[in-house]
Amino acid sequence: MSSDELQWISVCEADELSPLLGVRALLDQQQIALFNVKGELYAIDAIDPFTDAAVLSRGIVGDIKNQVVVASPIYKQHFSLASGICLEDESVSVKTYPVREKDGKIQLGKKC
Amino acid sequence: MSSEKIVVVGNGMVGHKLIDNLIQHEEADQFELITFSEEPRLAYDRVQLSSYFAGASAEDLMMTSESYYQENGVNYILNDKVIEVKVAENKVITASGREESYDKLVLATGSFPFVPPIPGKDQDHCLVYRTIEDLEAMTASAKESKIGVVVGGGLLGLEAANALKNLGLEVHVVEFAPRLMAVQLDEGGGELLRKKITDLGVSIHTSKNTKEIVAGESSRYRMNFADGEYLETDMVLFSAGIRPQDELARQCGLQMGERGGIVINNYCQTSVDNIYAVGECALWDGKIYGLVAPGYTMAKVAVSHISGGDQEFKGADMSTKLKLLGVDVASIGDAQGRTPGCLSFVYQDGVNEVYKRIIISEDKTRLLGAVLVGEVEAYGTLQQMCVNEMDLPENPEALIIPSIDGDEGAGGVGVDALPDSAHICTCHDVTKGQICSAVQDGASTIGDIKASTRAGTGCGGCVALATQVMNCELSKLGVEVNTDICEHFAHTRQEIYHIVRVEKIKTFDELLEKHGKGMGCDICKPTIGSILASCWNDYVLKEEHAALQDTNDYFMANMQKNGTYSIVPRIAAGEITPEKLIVLGQVAKEYKLYTKITGGQRIDLFGAQQHELPLIWKELIDAGFETGHAYGKSVRTVKSCVGSTWCRYGVLDSVGMAIHIEDRYKGLRSPHKLKFAVSGCTRECAEAQSKDIGVIATENGWSLYVCGNGGMKPRHADLFASGLDDQMLITLIDRILMFYIRTADRLQRTSVWMDNLDGGLEYLKDVVIRDSLKVCSELESDMAHIVSTYQCEWKTTVEDPDKLKRFRTFVNSNEKDNTVVFVEERKQIRPANKDELVRFVESAEPELV
Ligand code: SRM
Ligand SMILES: Cc1cc2nc3c(=O)[nH]c(=O)nc-3n(C[C@H](O)[C@H](O)[C@H](O)COP(=O)(O)OP(=O)(O)OC[C@H]3O[C@@H](n4cnc5c(N)ncnc54)[C@H](O)[C@@H]3O)c2cc1C
Ligand code: SF4
Ligand code: FES
Repeated sequence: MSSDELQWISVCEADELSPLLGVRALLDQQQIALFNVKGELYAIDAIDPFTDAAVLSRGIVGDIKNQVVVASPIYKQHFSLASGICLEDESVSVKTYPVREKDGKIQLGKKC
Repeated sequence: MSSEKIVVVGNGMVGHKLIDNLIQHEEADQFELITFSEEPRLAYDRVQLSSYFAGASAEDLMMTSESYYQENGVNYILNDKVIEVKVAENKVITASGREESYDKLVLATGSFPFVPPIPGKDQDHCLVYRTIEDLEAMTASAKESKIGVVVGGGLLGLEAANALKNLGLEVHVVEFAPRLMAVQLDEGGGELLRKKITDLGVSIHTSKNTKEIVAGESSRYRMNFADGEYLETDMVLFSAGIRPQDELARQCGLQMGERGGIVINNYCQTSVDNIYAVGECALWDGKIYGLVAPGYTMAKVAVSHISGGDQEFKGADMSTKLKLLGVDVASIGDAQGRTPGCLSFVYQDGVNEVYKRIIISEDKTRLLGAVLVGEVEAYGTLQQMCVNEMDLPENPEALIIPSIDGDEGAGGVGVDALPDSAHICTCHDVTKGQICSAVQDGASTIGDIKASTRAGTGCGGCVALATQVMNCELSKLGVEVNTDICEHFAHTRQEIYHIVRVEKIKTFDELLEKHGKGMGCDICKPTIGSILASCWNDYVLKEEHAALQDTNDYFMANMQKNGTYSIVPRIAAGEITPEKLIVLGQVAKEYKLYTKITGGQRIDLFGAQQHELPLIWKELIDAGFETGHAYGKSVRTVKSCVGSTWCRYGVLDSVGMAIHIEDRYKGLRSPHKLKFAVSGCTRECAEAQSKDIGVIATENGWSLYVCGNGGMKPRHADLFASGLDDQMLITLIDRILMFYIRTADRLQRTSVWMDNLDGGLEYLKDVVIRDSLKVCSELESDMAHIVSTYQCEWKTTVEDPDKLKRFRTFVNSNEKDNTVVFVEERKQIRPANKDELVRFVESAEPELV
């Protein structure tokens, strides 16, 4: 999808997203977890599908078998930040969202 | 080939097993399956029936579900008894008039409790114990009864006695034979069992023949015995044996045993070729097997024969191991010593109430049977030796005599010596060979073994043995248990600790760069975060450490199931002023928190949202509270009893010492959590012997106990030193804790750590008391550093506006997290459960708090 089809919404200053520490943003009542991993930005659903609690921004970020992942703080399943797929159970996944940094702001993309 | 229609009459434990075997069969699509049950539900676990009285529900006991049957195309009809078999027409007819034809018929009708023909046996409150409905009747009757009598002192009778005891009744057991468990035990074993059970408050009456049950004087009924004596009771529970449920077979003319039971051959076929019988209704070689494992074997054999295989039933081992009223009892093989010419060894320990007897063959080469009462550790070994006809060791008595130096397993046989055909799990009929091949196929944990072979998923009695077999096979395959903490560091926690210290590494990134690879993960990051904290005691939310912390450490609170947090301020030794109690109440009220007294003598406030944490802590800190580190792998609480200050027996000030200890070690990060307690005298009200560090006051000073814990696998602490003064006590604790932090594995509590030290307790004493490694002064100065650099992390945090930003729920909004929903229970909040959430969201009810 080319970026012109998206409307970019600024959610915070770039320096509010510290490396490896997730934050949560609200976009049209969707809770979204944002991460900055070595300069790469990721955005996934913040709600952990195993517990329905909005906790994924609060998990530890790392890599498992070369995939960048966040571990749910409740039962420790790992979710790929790039695809949203759960490593322990590939039938489960969370949504991912377009995200970018522009003019010192972190922006989430939503379809127009 | 057209499909074959198989009708199974009875959906009990064995009937279900047979159906499940057919479902799992590689040619499952060849079978059309129909089962009838007289009971209102599908199969449940009768073996675990008594767990109902310990809180299990009918639901918990289910072995299968209607949806499982539906998914696998099994047709089931509940609440409908099969009353006729038309053998010539291959048809069954049920009580409701339903007719069903079959190609193969399986009778799995089980048995029913035998009630002796005693006049008065049919009155109310005269019950039996076999079905869930019976359990319900027992519970109802117990509500109107004070005394209960169990008729029958066999295995089931004693289990029933336990059930009645759990229901709060005064319990008597009346047995016709001169001893308990006459089928399984010999006289010595029976006598000891009787003594132990009597000590538990259950009265045993042996050699009693009940003549009649009439109206009682002080209780509902009176049981008159043949010898002229009587017993008054409100309830009678018959458990005098079982009888095969064979009327259906009898009616249709199948060959029956003289005393009942449907005669079967080695393929489980009855006298009519296409009718099989399995489980407790079947009579093989003149025997009815009243245990579930032989029934499962029959189910397997019948399925094999139905599908063209040639497995045979060749009898079954009747060995049993049970906990009856809390007493361990085991019986193996020819426990009575009935084999001609056999010899036996008896070991009897009157002090510890242990009785063991082994029966060996005349030529002293084989074990024929055994009886164990009070201590059954040898069961696995003995049962295997007996069933597999293994050679006896030279001194067979060593099999039951405890070794003097406490060296376990002396005289036992290693699992290595077992043949591949040895049955490890009798419930699911799993052999040693099958476990070994599962290991060869990659299984490396007992969880894997359970999943791939089902061993250990029945009664659970074989788990220890199965684990041994697995470990033995793993080491044979040269599989070294991988001790790397994760894919990022090829080191153990202990190695990393040393690297950090020796190279004076201060951050995770530095360590990763020098000794690791990748980015790290949720295993290595918190572990290394904890090591860095133990070594250098930096503030955990410092920029470079923050991303290492579990959410609990990061937000310095414990995450709950709905993403909110709980807050546990330190209440050293459980001592708290009224003023501080009031503040806790006020804060809880202001933020609508659920409050509870914890098992650690503190007060926990639950249900705080991320952004509320600093606000709450600000108020708590202003009132003089500090963080309680309930979130960290760190020092938790020091429990205390009131001690000499108030208590008439106290010999030293336990509260003062507990506060001193808690103050000294608060904030200390460690491989796992650390718990302490101090008691003011040997009555031990603070339960110090169940703690990592336990201190008990005596006339001669403090006694120090180490490496105990409660939790999953409770372990009593060991006495480490006694007659200590305050200073010496603290010095020893400093050294022990620091040595533990240096050398333990990740998530290894002190008990496991010490058990894994070569030399155990004695070695620890050598290091800590006698300074054999010459490290004591270093251990002490390390501890002194930690103690002097303590800071309350919450205090540091609320004073730093920059850090406070991290607690915002959303970076771009002040809204609250709408997934957090509470409802009210007992006048406080609790997280809404799934059902409530759906309802609330749909109807947007205003009852949300
Ligand atoms: C709150 C409390 C229960 C209560 O309402 O009383 C509690 C709650 C939890 N316990 Fe506990 N334990 C609490 C006292 C205990 C005790 C009793 C005691 O300390 O005297 C024990 C047994 C003693 C022991 O540890 O040896 C206990 C044995 C455990 C265990 C098993 C440890 C083991 O070695 O087997 C765990 C699991 C673990 O740590 O891995 C555990 C883990 C937990 C966790 C952290 C589970 C979790 O990850 O959510 C709970 C979170 C606490 C929270 O959210 O605030 N809790 N837990 C108690 C807090 C005490 C305190 O003031 O700090
Ligand atoms: C309290 C208790 C504790 C026990 N503890 C142990 C133990 O520790 N270890 C052990 O090995 N064993 C134990 N047992 C024995 C074990 O439960 C039995 O061996 C096992 O249940 C036998 O299975 P089964 O399928 O043959 O019979 P059941 O489980 O009795 O199943 C038979 C089913 O068939 C139904 N039925 C009968 N006739 C008809 C008909 N005509 N039409 C339709 N349905 C019919 C019955 O209602 C019943 O549901 C215990 C039993 C009890 C009661
Ligand atoms: S242990 Fe019990 S008896 Fe002893 S001081 Fe404490 S409260 Fe008193
Ligand atoms: S013997 Fe019962 S589960 Fe294995």
